[in-house]
Amino acid sequence: MKVEILAFGIAKEIAGAPSFYFEIEEGGTVNDLKQQLEKTFPRLKALSSYRIALDSEFAGEGQSIHHHSEIAIIPPVSGG
Amino acid sequence: MKTDLSISDKPLELQACIDWVKDNEAGGIDIFIGTVRRSTNKKKVVRLEFECYERMALKEMEKIATEIGEKFPVQKLLIHHRTGVLSVGDIPVIIAVAAPHRDAAFGACRYAIDTLKETVPIWKKEIFEDGEVWVAAHP
Repeated sequence: MKVEILAFGIAKEIAGAPSFYFEIEEGGTVNDLKQQLEKTFPRLKALSSYRIALDSEFAGEGQSIHHHSEIAIIPPVSGG
Repeated sequence: MKTDLSISDKPLELQACIDWVKDNEAGGIDIFIGTVRRSTNKKKVVRLEFECYERMALKEMEKIATEIGEKFPVQKLLIHHRTGVLSVGDIPVIIAVAAPHRDAAFGACRYAIDTLKETVPIWKKEIFEDGEVWVAAHP
């Protein structure tokens, strides 16, 4: 299924856009998505860490992704 | 506990924050003001650029407020964060807490800024004279 992914901070620069469409397997997990993202954008692997948010909440690695989820790549935060 | 949580691309207004947090039931007010410093690792900072995932950032700020309500007896909590382009001396964040006693005010203020830096999806890029870096992005 095709999903839209939001990218912030350095992830936006790595992806080359603030949001993009990405093909993932139906019923795939956050972990599956991260592996696919890292294949397409190997520079993600060089980050200290990054997380995925689903519907604006930090998601666990095993959480499944639904078609209607708002998906975001959250690189290490640095507010303040 | 009353809360005032916001994210804005306009300059933060310190006096308005103090006026809001003042409370006749409070024994003290604790304020943390983040400021843009002139240099990092001896490199001269030209400007900082902040961006944010606003919907999620406000949710995470709400969570901090809930936790503070559970951990500290405080009357008022304000967290204002700025986005956009900031210069040296500008204020990216203000946290203000009013509490009956100073221990709670100091504790809550510290908890708010420390947790914000860990969990709230806001990112800053430091722009130097000879390059730029997303803070904390790489090991």
